[in-house]
Formats: sequence, structure tokens, C-alpha cells
Amino acid sequence: MPTSVPATTLSGNGLLIERHWQQLAGQRRVYTLISGVLLLMVVSGSLWFANETNAGKFFDRLPHLFDFVGDLIPRDGWEIWRALFDLPSPYEDGSLKYNYVEGRYYITDNLYIPEYFYKMVETLNIAILSTIIGLIFGFMLSFLAAKNMTRNVWVRGTARRVMEIMRAFPEVVLAGFFLAILSLGPLPAVIAVSIHTVGALGKLFFEVIENADMKPDEGLKAVGASWVERSWFGMVPQVMPNFMSYFLLRLEINVRASTIIGAVGGGGIGEQLRLSISRGHEAKTLAIILLLLLTIIAVDQFSAWLRRKLVGDQAFQAI
Amino acid sequence: MILLNAAEMDALALSHPDLLHRSIWQRFRVPIIAVAVILYFIFAWWFFAVGKVVGSANWGLAGNYLADWVSYEIRPDIEIATDGSMQINYPRFDPIGPNPNPDWLEARRETVTRTIETPAPSAPATPTTPSSSFSFMAPAPSQQSETAPAAPTVETRIEEVVTEAVVQMGPERLIDVQPDRVVLTRGDEVVILTLDRAADQVLAQGPLPEWAEQRSVGGRVTAYFGFSGWADISADRVRLRKRFLGWENFFFDTNSVFFDKSAGEVLSLIVSGNRIVPGQSNLSLAWNDILYNPSWQHLDVWTKLLQTIVMAFIGTLFAMIVAFPLSFIAARNIFQNRPANQLTKRFFDFLRSVDMLIWALFFTRAFGPGPLAGISAIFFTDTGTLGKLYAEALENIDDKQREGVRSVGAPPATVQRYGVVPQVMPVFASQALYFWESNTRSATIIGAVGAGGIGLKLWEAMRTNSDWENVAYMVLLILIVVFLFDGISNYLRSKLIGPRNH
Repeated sequence: MPTSVPATTLSGNGLLIERHWQQLAGQRRVYTLISGVLLLMVVSGSLWFANETNAGKFFDRLPHLFDFVGDLIPRDGWEIWRALFDLPSPYEDGSLKYNYVEGRYYITDNLYIPEYFYKMVETLNIAILSTIIGLIFGFMLSFLAAKNMTRNVWVRGTARRVMEIMRAFPEVVLAGFFLAILSLGPLPAVIAVSIHTVGALGKLFFEVIENADMKPDEGLKAVGASWVERSWFGMVPQVMPNFMSYFLLRLEINVRASTIIGAVGGGGIGEQLRLSISRGHEAKTLAIILLLLLTIIAVDQFSAWLRRKLVGDQAFQAI
Repeated sequence: MILLNAAEMDALALSHPDLLHRSIWQRFRVPIIAVAVILYFIFAWWFFAVGKVVGSANWGLAGNYLADWVSYEIRPDIEIATDGSMQINYPRFDPIGPNPNPDWLEARRETVTRTIETPAPSAPATPTTPSSSFSFMAPAPSQQSETAPAAPTVETRIEEVVTEAVVQMGPERLIDVQPDRVVLTRGDEVVILTLDRAADQVLAQGPLPEWAEQRSVGGRVTAYFGFSGWADISADRVRLRKRFLGWENFFFDTNSVFFDKSAGEVLSLIVSGNRIVPGQSNLSLAWNDILYNPSWQHLDVWTKLLQTIVMAFIGTLFAMIVAFPLSFIAARNIFQNRPANQLTKRFFDFLRSVDMLIWALFFTRAFGPGPLAGISAIFFTDTGTLGKLYAEALENIDDKQREGVRSVGAPPATVQRYGVVPQVMPVFASQALYFWESNTRSATIIGAVGAGGIGLKLWEAMRTNSDWENVAYMVLLILIVVFLFDGISNYLRSKLIGPRNH
């Protein structure tokens, strides 16, 4: 941009303003510099710390970056296909590595679900069930936590603290604790993911409620509606599209979360993935990764489509 | 007020049928959805075999584990010899330390004359392991009679021994162990158990109350004292479990010199005491003992926690730095090149869809377990997610600012800098902060698969099923960190985009 300042000599006031501006700009530059240096120090310190406490050092291990992929080259490409659909392998030698057929879940005598599809369905069900539970309880708690629906500070505060703790409590501890009591299986994962979801959805929900239009509520109050009626007829129709949108977003997140929980002992596809990686079964691992990738993409696409239908393009924002 | 007659109302109703006669779906969607959800719950009940799993769960264990979060047990064993003298033993690694003399266990001593049998010193000389023709079943008595004359030397000596132990299990809860009987008191209920060591039997006088249990007549009696513990009484042995609220030996372990000293004593030692270990000040010794406390491992826990924080921070920061320029390429309205837009967006989708779990496993294999793997996993996943969000935000910007900047002849880079960035920067930063906060939480869990941080430590502590107090400690630290960062991130975000929109 061409800028040219006419060379005018400034009067006393003009000089004062000029000096003042210079001072302010200088101050700002100093602050920017200080925060920049601080950030740089924190970042380099963190990186040094991470590298120092890691098992392998970054530059030593960089040539091994693709070791994971290298470990996963199967005997032949069709093995992935066979592992995915539990078809008999020509390399069958009685070991766990090629026993694809054994994992079949027979529905009728000759109709079966391949093992990994069954496990994937299990993981999906963990996600769906816990998201629904989270929706129901988050819904109830959110009305108690919203400023415009609950005037009582104690009730509101309690509801909010409960949700905060549910949200922040590490899922892995919940899963581990229930694993110790309920023994292995998908139920600990359901409980862990549900509790977290109640907190997470509840927080998003009550923010939606607080931003809602209070006019329908006023109208209902004027005709003497009870608290439940005000919530149900005044608030729910307004907030439901947003709630559903958050519900679907949470479902996407929970599919991933239940996979990870599975890997630490919660059953489902995550556990299969961890087992097959640790045992070095290339074809099985690749089959699971492929299935997982396709499922996540499918769930994401489906949820995005449904959300667009429910609330239009505007609510296509995550968070 | 306008009044309508019936005919007019019908006419109005007829001309707007959609308002009064809604479709079946519109009218019944709430019950339909409710029924669908209930059906799904029934399906899930069957699919996960909830009834069976919950039925076979060990709920007593759950209570114990939960109690372990905030309390600990001390486990003395009282052994009663045939002559009635007692010996009180504590397990080697009991939190009570090497020289126990607790005030809740009162041992009454008496000086008695005891006859003690010392095993024969000639035992190795007698061949006890016979040749192969021997069977283990029959000849045992004859063997004994053979060795009998040579064996135990009987010694009589005068000794001070414990003849009665009184254990305070809580207010009005008492266990009085005497050589021939045990008296249990709980409130106003008193149970007297007679110990018959010759027949190896415990006999109760009168019926047992609810809190005491005897499986078979003459068998062991287990008495429960609620939270304060339980006692298991057999004829020659009383096993006690006394529970205390709190975390045992949180600062100093039993083998530290500062063990079992009050805060004042420790302070005075640090400030003015003589050096306990030559060449090391008491302060550094105490600090060292705290850091390397073997049962709490403070230093290790803190290091791992810091790793988790670093993983979330660096991972999100780098993801933001990389996603920022890429999102400009992905946005249709900014970089007008369809293939490039699509390619970048699909790249984001790929990063996002390969789960954080798989990235974590990938990088754990590459860098070995540790925070580098965690940083990389978070970085890759979040580059995808942030990139996608940023690209969407860019596509929704107001074009007028850009036009304005362009109309004065600014080069393309300047157009982006002054026409686009000021609009999206608050949103970008706010989203990055949100992810920073949520990654602080999720970094815990990827740690459990080996990607560094406190996750693995937490998982290992849980697997032992006996270190729940350590789990509680780590959870508490995690909660503090998460709440702290939640607050910081909320504060920064409300500064960036106003308090309403975060």
C-alpha cells in the first residue's frame, strides 16, 4: 500500500500525541517480545523434557518412524481380506496367526458374522448405549445447571460440580475400577464412557439452555405452568435441535473413545487390535485397522448428514 | 377481541390443514423415540449380558476397593501358643513400620515360667529321608519313635510374655483376646468365644449376633466391625484387620529415618538437628526421602503427570501451527484450486479417521514408550480435526473485509493477513484452547497403551488391585490439573471471543 506522509513540522500538542503513541507502541512490542520468548522457552523446555524422558531419543528413532508399517506387511495381500471375513487361510498351521475361521459367530448353521465385524458392532454398541445414557442424564442435569431454569444457587452449583467431576474423572480409572469388580467384558467400558458423556453433554446442554430465548418460558409462566411444563413446552422445542447435534458429535467422539477403552481391557475391537499387534499378526491387524477406519468414516459421514438435516449448516461446528 | 363463529373457524381450519392435522411422525415422535430407546436398552441388556455380569460381580470387593482409596489397613496376627502365651506379629511390609507399638492394641504382659521345647540338634544326623522302598503313608509313627529319644531338649525358663491383648476397634468396639477365650464387644452386644486349642475349636456362648459369622460349629469366627475392620478368630490364632482413614506414610516410608515423627519433630530435625547422614543436610535427606518414597513414588508420579501436560500442550500447539496454513489451502473461498482444496480436506479426514489409538500405537513403535509418542499422536489427530474446523470457519467468513483490503491494491498475502486473519483468529485460538483442555484429559488414556504420561502408571497401579490409594492420589492430581487448565482456557477464551460464546 503506498503511503506517504507529508512532512509537516508538528506543534507541541502534536509532538505529545506522537510521543505518547510511540510509548504505547513500544510497550506493546516489549510485551509481545516477552510473551514470545516465554512461549519459546516453555516449548523448548517441554520438548527437551519429552525427549529426555522418552524411551528412545527423537533423532535416534527417526529412521525407525515407519517400523509399525514395516511390521504389518502381510504374507500376501489376500490375507487381509481373509482375516476380515474369517475365510480359511492357505497358510493355516494351527497357530493363532492364521486361525481366522475360529472367531466366527454363527447365527444359523451356515450364516455367520466374522469375528471383527462382531467386535466392531460391540464397540459401536458401547458407544451408542453410553451416548444415549449420557444424553438422558445430561439432559436432566442440564436443566438443573442452567441459570435461567434453576434459580437456586445450591442446586445449580451442585449440578455443575457433579458434571465437572464426571467430565474430568479419568475414563481409564473408571474402566479399571469396574473391570476389577465386573470382570472382563464391555460393561466397564460402557460405564466409563457413559459417566464421562453425562458430564460432557451436560455442560454443552446447559450452555445451550442459557442462550435460549426466554419468551416462550415467560408465556408459560404467565398461564401458570409448572417447572416441568415450562421446561418441556417452553425450552425443549427450542434446544432440541442443538441437543441432537451435540449428541451426534458426541457419538463420533465416543466411537473413538470406546475403541481406546477397549484397548486397555474394555473389550470390543480395541482389545482385538492391541492383542493382534502385540502378537505380531500382520493380516489381522491390517484387517482391524481397515475396518476401524471405514467404520469411523461411515459414522462421521452419517452424523454430519443427520446434523445438517436437523439444524442446517450453521451447527456444523464441533465443540 | 375478535369473535369468530363456528363456520368461520372451520373455514380457517380447512384452509390451513397442516397446522391442525400434523403427520403421524410429528404427533407421535416422542412416544416413538421413547419406545425405540427402550427397545434398544433391552437389546443392549441382552447383547452385553448385563444381568449375568452384574449378578456375578463381586460387590463386596467394590466396597473394599473404594475404602482403599482413602484408608489403609494394619494387619496384626495374634498367635496363641499351647501354654496360653501370645505373640503379636505384623506382616513385613505393613505400613505400621518395623517397631510397632500402637496405642490401640494393648498387650498385657506377665512373667511366667515356661517350658520350651527346643528341636533336637541331632536331627540332620538321623536319616529322615529313607530309601526308595519307603512309603510316605505308613511308617511315620515308627520314624518318630525312633528319633524320639534323641529329640527335643526341654528347657524351663522364666520369661515375660503377652498373656492378654486388648484391641480397640473403634468407639465401644473391643476385642479382648485371652488365652482361653475371646470377648468381642460392639456397643452393648457382647460375644464370648471359648477357645479350645486341644480340639482346635472355637465355641460361642449363646447365639451369635449379625455381625459375627461362623460357618460351621466349632470353626473359625469372623467378626465384622464395619469400617474399622474385622477379626478372624480360630483356636490358636486371631487375625486382625484394623482400618484407618487417610493415606499411610504419605511423606516418609517406614525405612526413612523420619518415619513416624510428627511434623514438628521433622521440622526441628531439619532446622537444628545434627546431621543424620554425614555429608548430607537433613533438609535434602528429608526431601530425598519424600521424593523417593517407595510406596508413593512422588517424583515418578509428578514426572509422569508433567509428561501428560506436556503431551497435550505441545501436541495441540504444533497441531494448531500446522493446521493454520493448511486450512487456508483447504478453504474453497481462499485458495481457488479445487484439487488442492479436496486433497487437503481428505488429508485432514485421513488424519482424523485414523484413530488416536492407532497413531499412539504407531508412534509408540517408532519412538518407544514415552511422551514423544503421545505428542505425535495428539499432533497428528488434532491437525486433522483443527484443520477441518479451521477450513470450515474460513469458508464462513465475511468477504467484505477482504474485498476492502484488496480494493486498495494489497498483494495476496496482505489480503489474507488483514482481511481474513483478524476475523478468524479469535475463533481459531479458542478452538485450539478447547482442544488443549480436552487433550489434557485424553492424554491420560492414550498413556495407558504406552504413549507416555500418567496413564500407564495409573493402569499399573489399578492392575495390582491393592494400590487404590495410589490411584486416588493420581486421580486427585489429574483432577487438579484438569480443573486448573479448564479455568485458564475458559478465561483466555472469554477474553478472546467474549463470555457468551465459549
